[in-house]
This record gives sequence, structure tokens and C-alpha cells, in this order.
Amino acid sequence: MAIQEQAQHLRTDVLVIGGGPAGTWAAVTAAAKGARVVLADKGYCGSSGATAPSGTGVWYVKPDERLREEAKASRYDLGGRLAEHRWMNRVLGRTYANMNQLAGWGYPFPLDDDGNQHRRSLQGPEYMRLMRKVVRKAGVTILDHSPALELLADEHGVGGAAGVNTQTGIPWTVEAGAVVIATGGCAFLSKALGCNVLTGDGYLMAAEAGANLSGMEFSNAYAICPTFSSVTKTAYYSYASFYYEDGTIVEGAGSKRGRSVIARNLMEGKQVYAVLDQAPEHLKPLLRVGQTNFFLPFDRRGIDPFTDPFPVTLRLEGTVRGTGGIRLADELCATDVPGLYAAGDAATRELICGGFTGGGSHNAAWAMSSGSFAGEGAAAYVKKLGADDGSRKLERKSTQPIVEEGKGSVKPSRAAEWVQAVQDEVKPYDRNLFRTGEVMTQSLNRLNGLWNDQREQAIEHTVDGVKAREAAAMTATARWMYTSALARTESRGMHKRSDFAGMDDNQHYRLITGGLDQLWVRPEQVRKEVVIH
Amino acid sequence: MIEVISESKCIACNQCVSVCPTNVFERVVDGIPVIARQSDCQTCFMCELYCPVDALYVAPESESVIGVTESELSEQGFMGGYREKVGWGKGRKPVASHEYMYQLSKRSGF
Ligand SMILES: Cc1cc2nc3c(=O)[nH]c(=O)nc-3n(C[C@H](O)[C@H](O)[C@H](O)COP(=O)(O)OP(=O)(O)OC[C@H]3O[C@@H](n4cnc5c(N)ncnc54)[C@H](O)[C@@H]3O)c2cc1C
Ligand code: SF4
Ligand code: SF4
Repeated sequence: MAIQEQAQHLRTDVLVIGGGPAGTWAAVTAAAKGARVVLADKGYCGSSGATAPSGTGVWYVKPDERLREEAKASRYDLGGRLAEHRWMNRVLGRTYANMNQLAGWGYPFPLDDDGNQHRRSLQGPEYMRLMRKVVRKAGVTILDHSPALELLADEHGVGGAAGVNTQTGIPWTVEAGAVVIATGGCAFLSKALGCNVLTGDGYLMAAEAGANLSGMEFSNAYAICPTFSSVTKTAYYSYASFYYEDGTIVEGAGSKRGRSVIARNLMEGKQVYAVLDQAPEHLKPLLRVGQTNFFLPFDRRGIDPFTDPFPVTLRLEGTVRGTGGIRLADELCATDVPGLYAAGDAATRELICGGFTGGGSHNAAWAMSSGSFAGEGAAAYVKKLGADDGSRKLERKSTQPIVEEGKGSVKPSRAAEWVQAVQDEVKPYDRNLFRTGEVMTQSLNRLNGLWNDQREQAIEHTVDGVKAREAAAMTATARWMYTSALARTESRGMHKRSDFAGMDDNQHYRLITGGLDQLWVRPEQVRKEVVIH
Repeated sequence: MIEVISESKCIACNQCVSVCPTNVFERVVDGIPVIARQSDCQTCFMCELYCPVDALYVAPESESVIGVTESELSEQGFMGGYREKVGWGKGRKPVASHEYMYQLSKRSGF
């Protein structure tokens, strides 16, 4: 491979792309298995991604048979019965172990009445700052501000990635025995908390290398959020009442089941206001401590959310709190392409929660568990592969040619137009929340046109180039999303078809999709299991 | 969005340049960093948490620049207020270990 002057070139065993919970757990776990590891993050490993500015409840369940069975059953139906017990068991087991490991590393869990640590949730800034420390201690090389733009592969499979450092402008390539994609989900640049680095890059890079996706119809999570703000923390809205401007109540509106009522009102141009007036007095100080960042925007605007109604909107979080992602081919999070692994929101979460994640806990559990599975899988793969003698003839896999600074063909304004065009198809509630075949077909046609526009354009190794590439990833993600959503002619999990209300037992399968220019979709049976009680 | 870098407080450690996930700040030789790409700000408040001297202010408005001044903010106690609540900084205890975390979980399930 020709190496540019002034480029950074590294060789390693395992390359992890993305440094959120999934990527950091993958890096630490691979390193613990003896692999040399490089981790590249688009932002900064420790502050970037959906968890870091936020915080997550975690699916932490003691290894007690009854408790675990209850935990598994709690969301099974909501998710449209697409989860698998085998995977739920493994994730519950690994999450339990990893949370205990976090305590060992020094995460400051609160104490319960008996003085034991209470390990049910993680504060994002604290958790991710600790993970960075642990990753560094494990000897992992971290590349911050280093988005991967494309994978490198040969006939044996994936063997690295290439990108650019957005602060120095220096392109980088990392040749690796195995690559873990942990780039998070796709929230379509909607400015949901921490999510603007999550543009579906991993899906596109994986698909370009030949990987498949699963559950992309479960990609339309919308979060309640004050209209003026980015803080899409939703748990506390279980204490909210919803009102119109004139103070009359919005019938049926709610946080969990009544989001569609809020959406319908917003669509009709009727502003909805929330106020957390159902919160009992004695809980208020506890709520304030529990999620400091929930209150931050209110405090700074002089709003008391317990008494003052504030306008709300529903902000798209796409697959971040959806469940679709890269299809996994085995228990160690291998994808359908040799040498390529996926974890966290980048991988499908249907295996543990089907087509719906609801409020917290499952996502965080999935990120840390699948991250460590993938780290193990990648390290084992590299061992089997044997020593790298540098003789692999790796090719760049990007659909769009990625070129040196000054040689590209995309103006920044053009990339911004693409982003806007994708958002126009995916954000509106009457397109993506209340889905119909007719409207989705129109969107898909326009998105296909948009892809054709973008696929030939040369992308530069620059900050603006990265944005153009993000736009392409968003377009690709939206196309897989609507392709799958059109194929599922029923309502299941978070996928709601206005023209096909209700679940159809004949469609109790997962939908696998893929392709770049020509997209395809096919059903895959959910593994039949004996459920032991 | 990010609104203010306090010239009087900033010690030019460039932590904010490093930690901002969307690369909003730009290092300046022999100077304090500048807000170079404000419209890329995702209003995540992370820079405030990492600034060791409370020199940054992120306004809650995520779509528009509101234009506040440092003196207004200081008067209201907003500079550094978030970092204090999260319990970061010398002599502080991380909110992660606050007893209310457990109390809340016990009483409400969060
Ligand atoms: C407001 C909010 C609240 C939430 N609350 C909960 C909760 O209570 N419980 C729960 O279980 N889940 C919750 N979630 C979901 C949870 O945050 C995610 O599931 C989790 O962060 C996924 O981890 P991840 O490592 O896969 O992705 P992320 O944490 O999103 O990290 C992805 C990383 O990849 C990097 N990246 C992206 N593209 C590239 C690229 N091209 N090259 C290199 N790096 C790249 C990003 O910079 C980022 O650092 C919440 C999400 C949000 C938005
Ligand atoms: S709020 Fe977040 S995105 Fe905005 S400048 Fe600070 S760290 Fe960067
Ligand atoms: S982190 Fe604070 S002190 Fe350091 S450079 Fe940024 S604003 Fe200045």
C-alpha cells in the first residue's frame, strides 16, 4: 500500500474503532488476552459518545435464578420476542462480572444500608474517565480526534483501517490482525446528548467490507427533551404531566406509552409543555442528585421543572436508543467478515432486547458485555492468524475515493446539504415514527438518489472530508432503515406501521439487510430455544 | 452551545481542546484557545467538567447562540457550577458515590 508522506502508520494486533463503553471494554479485554491494541476515536476517548456526558442505569442482576428469569422476561414481549435466552444469559453474566470489575478499578459506587456497594448505575463522566485510565494502563495506544474513514481488507478479510487526525490534519493507517467496530449508533446529527459524533460510520465501513446488518427497522427512537435543550434524559418524565399552552391537560400523553400523543400534537402545530408535578416532595432532592445534568439546563434558564411548565419536543436518537446494527455471526461478536468484530450500539442489540430497549440498562449492559466479548474474539482471531509479516496486500474499502487534501470534490456546503436532505427524510414524525409503506417508499427513493449523488464524490482527509463521509454514512443508514422497515409489514417493538397495526406471528423473525448500491433484505429465524423455568 | 472562555481565568492548559468530542476549540500558540467552530458544539457540557479553573460556560440552548457575558454568569454563580455538582475538582466528592444515588434507587427504581 502506498503510504503518504507525513502520514502516521501503525501496525498492531487489534484495532478498536470507537472509544465509548463498548470500545474501551473491547480494548482492555483484548489487551488482557495478550494482544497489542490501538484504539482510535473520532472525538476523545473518555468524553465522547452517548454515555460520557450522560449516565446509564445498568442491567445488573445478581446471579439468582428467579431474579434473572424475571429480568429476562421484563422486556421480552415489549421487544417483540426477538431476543434470545442464550444471549441474555451471557450478557447478564458478563455485565455482573464487569460491574464488579469496575468496583475493583475504583469506580465510586454509592453504599447501601449495610455498607455494601450499590452497583446499579454509572455516571457517564466518572465511568468514561475511569475507562480511559484503565485503557491506558493496559498499554493500549489511544488515537484521539482520529475518525476512521474506511476499512482495509484483502481476500483473507479485514486487516486495518485508515482515517485522519482532525486536529493535526495528518492521515493515519493502522494495519491490524483484527478490527473491532465500536462506533456507536446513528442519531442523524440531531444534537441529542452526546450523540453528534454518532453518524453510523461503523455501519457503512462494515458494509463496505461485506458485513450485514440486522434489525435496522428498529432505529427510530425519539426522546422527550426540552425544546431548547440537548438533554435527552427521559427517565424523570415518568413524573411529568403534559399540558397545552392554555393549561389544559394533554390527554394520554406520557413518557413511556404516550409519546405518540405528544408527537401527534407537535405535528398539528400544538406545542406541548411538561412539568414534573407528579414527583413526590421527598424525592425531589434525590432526583436532583441522581441526574445532575437533567437539571442543568433548567437551572441555567431559571426554570423549576417541578413547578414551571416547559416546552418539549421529541428528538431523534435513531439507533442509539434503537436496537439495530451490524449482524453478529458468533458468540464472540464476529461479523460476517473474517477479522471484523462489532460491539455496543454499532452491533445489533436484538439478541438481548429484540426491537425495543425502553428506558436504560440494557444498552449499557450490552455495550460493556459485547465490548468484552469482541475484545476476546478479536484477540483469539489474531492468535490463530499468527505473526504478521507485513506481506498483506490491503485495499481501501471506501465506496467513495478518499483522497489527499486539496484533491477532493465536495464543498463543505454540499456536505451540509446532504445532511439536511437525510434529516428531512428521517426526522419527521409522520415519516419515521408513524410509518407507512407509501411514505417510506418516497423517502427511500429520494435517499437512493442522494446516495448516487454522493458515492462518486472524492472525500478529502480533512475536517470537511470527515463531514462529507458522515453524510454518506447517514444516507446509507437511512436507506437500510427504510428498506427493512418496508419489509416488515407489521408492527413490532419500536417499529410501528400505521398501515399494518399489530404484530403478525408469521413475521416472528429478524430482518437482515445489506448492500451499498443495491440494497437487499431477508428474514432470519430467531433461534428456537427450550426455555427452562 | 459553548459561549464563554474566560480570559481572566483560563490558564491555557488546552484540556478543553483535547476533550471536546466535536473539536470546537482551536489551540493558539502563546495564547488561550479560541472557540473556532461554535456551530459544531453539541452542548454536552464535557469541556466545563474538564476545565480545571472553571473558565468555560456552555449555555443550555443547543440550537442558537444567546450571547451572555462572563460577569453576568459569575454573578449568577454559573461558572463552574456543573463541575461542582458532579463533584469534580480538588477536595470534592464525586456525586457518583452520593448516598442519594442509593436512596433514589431504593425508593423509585432509578
Ligand atoms: C441521553 C442518553 C441517555 C441514555 N441512558 C441510558 C441508560 O440509562 N441506560 C442504558 O443502558 N443506556 C442508555 N443510553 C444508551 C447508551 O448510552 C448507549 O447504548 C451506549 O453509550 C453505547 O455505547 P457504545 O460504546 O456502543 O457507543 P458510544 O458510547 O456512543 O461511543 C461510540 C464512540 O465511537 C466514536 N466514533 C464514532 N464514529 C467513529 C469513527 N468513524 N471513528 C472513530 N471513532 C468513532 C465516538 O466518538 C464515540 O466515542 C442512553 C443514551 C443517551 C443518548
Ligand atoms: S459543550 Fe461539548 S461539544 Fe460543546 S464545546 Fe463543550 S465539549 Fe465541545
Ligand atoms: S480547559 Fe479551561 S483553563 Fe484549560 S485551556 Fe480550556 S478554558 Fe483554558
